[in-house]
Amino acid sequence: MGKTFVEKIFTKKAKKDVYAGEIISVEPDFIMSHDNAAAISRTFKKIGVKNVKYPEKVVIILDHEIPAPKESSAINHKEIREFVKEQSISNFFDINNGICHQVFTEQGFALPGKLIVGSDSHTTTYGALGAMSAGIGRSEVASIWATGELWFQVPETIKIILNGKMPEYITAKDIALYIIGQIRSDGADYKAVEFVGDIVSHMSIAERMVLCNMAAEMGAKNGYVQPDHTTFNYIKNRARTEYETLYSDKDAKYYKTIEFDISKISPSIAKPHTVDNYAPIEELEGKTIDQALIGTCTNGRLIDLEIAAKILKGHKVKIRTLIIPASWNIYREAIKKGFIEIFIDAGALVLNPGCGPCLGAHMGVMAPGEKTFSTANRNFKGRMGCREAEIYLGSPLSVAACAIAGEITDPRRFL
Amino acid sequence: MIKKFSGRVWKYGDNVNTDVIFPGKYTYQKMEPEEMAKHALEDLDPGFASKVKEGDIIVAGKNFGMGSSREQAAIAIKYSGIKVIIAKSFARIYFRNAINAGMPAIKSPEAVDAIENGDEITIDMKNGKIITKNNEFTFPAYPKTVMEILESNGLINFIKNKIKKQEDLCQKEQ
Repeated sequence: MGKTFVEKIFTKKAKKDVYAGEIISVEPDFIMSHDNAAAISRTFKKIGVKNVKYPEKVVIILDHEIPAPKESSAINHKEIREFVKEQSISNFFDINNGICHQVFTEQGFALPGKLIVGSDSHTTTYGALGAMSAGIGRSEVASIWATGELWFQVPETIKIILNGKMPEYITAKDIALYIIGQIRSDGADYKAVEFVGDIVSHMSIAERMVLCNMAAEMGAKNGYVQPDHTTFNYIKNRARTEYETLYSDKDAKYYKTIEFDISKISPSIAKPHTVDNYAPIEELEGKTIDQALIGTCTNGRLIDLEIAAKILKGHKVKIRTLIIPASWNIYREAIKKGFIEIFIDAGALVLNPGCGPCLGAHMGVMAPGEKTFSTANRNFKGRMGCREAEIYLGSPLSVAACAIAGEITDPRRFL
Repeated sequence: MIKKFSGRVWKYGDNVNTDVIFPGKYTYQKMEPEEMAKHALEDLDPGFASKVKEGDIIVAGKNFGMGSSREQAAIAIKYSGIKVIIAKSFARIYFRNAINAGMPAIKSPEAVDAIENGDEITIDMKNGKIITKNNEFTFPAYPKTVMEILESNGLINFIKNKIKKQEDLCQKEQ
C-alpha cells in the first residue's frame, strides 16, 4: 500500500513500516525552542540528566520578548545564555536575529525530509520546505533534550487542492483565512495537511510558509508542500546538513481531499475572536481601527513588506501603524529596496524583528475598546494583552490599505 | 493516577483556546504551578480559579485547548484542582500537554451532551467509564505509551523512571 509523506518519514525514522494511527517513539532531527528554553532548561534539570543528548540538534532562537521589556524576561534570556554555554549548544541565535520560524528557515535548518519539533505551535511553518514539523510542549522538549526521542502518533492526511487563477489582490494569507473559514479551526485536528495544486506550485517559499504557518490554525499537526525547484533553489546555499526528499505515493491513502477554486475569492478577514470567524472584506468596509500591525511569523517577510510599501508609498497613515520585519536579514533587504524609508515617511513605526505585540507581551499592547487590524495568525480574546480589545486578521495588502484609510477598506481601491 | 474518582462539573462550550485558559502575557514569567493555577481560565471565566475545588472536573465542547503550544494551559488547570477534562474533542498539542502533565483528557461527545454544569459525575479510568446521574458512557482505553505516562503522573516522571531503570540495569550487568 502506498504511503503519505508523513507515513514515509515516520517509516524512515522508526526503521519499520508504519501507517496512520500507530504510536511510535523516534528521534527528531532538530528541536527548536525560543524564549521558553529558560523554562525548558529548568524542567530538563529536574529530569536529572547532566548533558543534552544531542546538542547539535538543539536550536534556540530568542524572539518572543526582545529586547527584554522587563526584569523577568531579562532573567529568562540570561538563564538561556548560560545554559547554551554550559551545554555547548552552538545553534543559538540571540536577540539580534529575528522571529524563530524565519531564522530557522533562513539559516538552513528547515529541509526536505527532516523531522522537526519545536516548543511553538507555529512550528508547522517548515513544511513549506518539505519537512515534517510539529509543535510540542515544553516538557516534551526537555525530554528530547534528555533522551533524544519522543512519542508520536502517525497522523492521517488531508489533501487540500488549490486550483484556479490567483487574482493580483489575493495573497497566501487570504487563501489561508478563507480555507480556515470553510473547514473551521478544528477542520484538520490531529491531521497532516498537504497543500497541492497549480496555485501552490507557483507560490514562492514565503507564500508557502504562510499556508503551513496557518495550518496550525486548522488544528493540523503539520502542513506540507511538496519540494520542487523553488524549494531546491531556496535551500541551495543554506542547507546545514544533507537531506533526503520524501514525497507522498500516488496510491497513498488520504483521510479526505478538499478542493478550492480561489479565482473569485475576496480579500479575507478573520473577525474577533477566532481565526475561523471568516468574512470577505466587503462585509467589514468602514469599520474603524485604532492600530495596524504588519509583521509576525505569518507575514513579516520581504514580499509582505514589498506589498505594504507599494500601498503606503506617498501616503500618510491615519492610525498607529507598526511594521516588524521577520528577521534582520529581511530588514537589511527592505532598507536596500527603499521600503523602510517609505514606511518612515508614511509615519509608521518600524520595530525590531521579533514577535512584538502578537502575543501581548510588549510593543503595541492595546487599551480596552481598541481594535487592531493585524497580519498575525491569532485573534483570540486577550491575545494582544487586553481582553476588552478586538483583533481582526488579514493580509499585508488589506492592513496597509487600512492604515491609510483609518478603517477597513477594500485594498483593490489602491491597486 | 487515581483509578476512580468523582467530582463536580464546570461546563464550557466549543473552541476554548489557550489564550483564555492561560493568557499569553504570563507565558514568559517564571511561575510555579500553584501560581499558574491562580490564572487558570482567567479570560474565559474569571471566577473559576477562586471557586474551583480539588477533584472538580471540566467538561467542554469540541476542540478544547486550541491555539498555542503553551504547556501552562494544561498545568494551570491541573494545579487548580481539576482531575480530568472531558471534551467532545481536543486540540492536538493540548491533548499531548494534558497527558504529559499527568492529567487525563477524555474524548466523549455523548457524555458532554448529557452532562450539565454543576453535575456530580464519576470517572472510572480502569474500565473506561463516565458515570452520570442517569447514564453511563464508555471511552476507549489509551494506547500503552499514553497510559504509562499517565500512571507515572506525567512525562517528566515517566522519563526519570525510564532512565533510572536503564541505569539499574547497567549496574546489574556490571
